[in-house]
Amino acid sequence: MSSRTNTCIAGIGESRYTKWGGIADQSELSLACDAILAAASDAGIPPAAIDGFASFSEDRNEPALLMNALGIDELRFTGMVWGGGGGGSCGAVALAEAAIKSGQANHVIVFRSLCQGQSFRFGQFHPWTDHACFTAPFGMLAPPQMFAPLVRRHMHLYGTQPEHLGEVALSCRAYANRNPRAVMYDQALTMEDYLTSRIIADPLRLYDCCLESDGAAALLVTSMERARDLKCKPVEILAAQQGSRHLWGTGILGGHNMPSNTYASGNAADLSRDLYGRAGVGPENIDVVQLYDAFTGMVLFALEDFGFCKVGESGDYVAGGNLALSGATPCNTSGGILSEAYIHGLNLVVEGVRQMRGDSCSQVSDAKLTLISGGESVTPTSGLILGI
Amino acid sequence: MPYLPTSLPFPSPSRDTSEFWQYCAERCLKFQACGECRIPRHPPAPICPHCQSKLISWIDAPSFGRIFSYTVVFSASHDAVINDLPYNVVLVEFDGMDDLRLVSNVVDAKPDELAIGREVVVVWEMGPNNQLLPRFKLRKTK
Ligand SMILES: [Zn+2]
Repeated sequence: MSSRTNTCIAGIGESRYTKWGGIADQSELSLACDAILAAASDAGIPPAAIDGFASFSEDRNEPALLMNALGIDELRFTGMVWGGGGGGSCGAVALAEAAIKSGQANHVIVFRSLCQGQSFRFGQFHPWTDHACFTAPFGMLAPPQMFAPLVRRHMHLYGTQPEHLGEVALSCRAYANRNPRAVMYDQALTMEDYLTSRIIADPLRLYDCCLESDGAAALLVTSMERARDLKCKPVEILAAQQGSRHLWGTGILGGHNMPSNTYASGNAADLSRDLYGRAGVGPENIDVVQLYDAFTGMVLFALEDFGFCKVGESGDYVAGGNLALSGATPCNTSGGILSEAYIHGLNLVVEGVRQMRGDSCSQVSDAKLTLISGGESVTPTSGLILGI
Repeated sequence: MPYLPTSLPFPSPSRDTSEFWQYCAERCLKFQACGECRIPRHPPAPICPHCQSKLISWIDAPSFGRIFSYTVVFSASHDAVINDLPYNVVLVEFDGMDDLRLVSNVVDAKPDELAIGREVVVVWEMGPNNQLLPRFKLRKTK
């Protein structure tokens, strides 16, 4: 590991996770505060010492509301990653890392709070970009219809099969079945269930699509130096960055005018190069991954983009059992957003921290390095490598 | 009857993208192209990504396009399409226009008639906001 940021995640916090609309007795802001207070407590700092906030995807709970709710002493940093989808989940951590490393702030909270019952459902129409006039009148309204053509193209180019997608869904569900916090904790899933589930947007079936959830997650980012005085076990940020490839533009949330030769991808191959370069490691060094799984196909794309297999070979890779605890890249070990909860991918970062601490419900033994991806196939996407 | 209901949303075009829709209102499928290097682009934008020229021209779409990818939608993400399931959404590409694609529908295709590479020709249908929309039908080959 040649390059270090000297920053770390020192605390994690989560609210309860439910199906969308499941949290009606408190506001999204109140839920955000629950997760933030839990993260501060986990790190062992008083809430008043928080001096920065970073989030993504237009989180509605802005620092102006949070600073008074939490009674923080001084606000020094705020940052929002542009773009919809979960592309900014790891990017928000990158903002916090930059704020800490540059000395602009000391204790930055990264958070996401979502009550889809109180705002809007992500599976329903929302005008994500200025290009929605080119999609909505044609019935391309929500992420399943936006992502399905990329999966179709991947199948066309590389022979990817429905069973390959199903393998991702089953793997996430098996991990969720070991995680009592997971919304799908009690519900088993078989390949027959998968293959006979209803089509949402062909080739995507019901179980290819992530949950719609209510819940909040938060992380406390600080310097390695400060973390030494805290009660926590700091998890070092080896590299965190946003990215998007040449001419990807609004990508799947817009008019689908990405370059043909990178269309059936997660838009993260350049980001992958940068992340590994900055962390001084390669895919062969990564012990466990958390790959943004709004749809099963996104995991296939991320496996290719981040170099765990060659482009076009992700179907065979997952069929080989590589996502399981015994595989080469145990993946989404809390159940992912397919089966734990859809906290817009920030819960994947929380699980990455748990793996480094040795605290996961599906702990990878002796795990020292984890790679986490933000929402794929959007601009910007983002990624993160954590180590212990 | 149009392929999809006119009660679907039609988010307002911006100052940069509205000219495309004005041509559509005249049943002209035109794409914006750079006024200097001539490379076409879509959606319309105020500046050329290849040479940064702000000069704009509009060129006619070729007489037919090809399906680049598609999906058949069985689950409604808006109340307007509840009675129109299943429907298709296709991405149409055109010869000589690399990486330019139009999101649209093929109005006369059953799901199993759709395939990547199939040729399609434009038809005009009324959409939301009294806006004419470029949709497609399968191109008959002899
Ligand atoms: Zn030009």
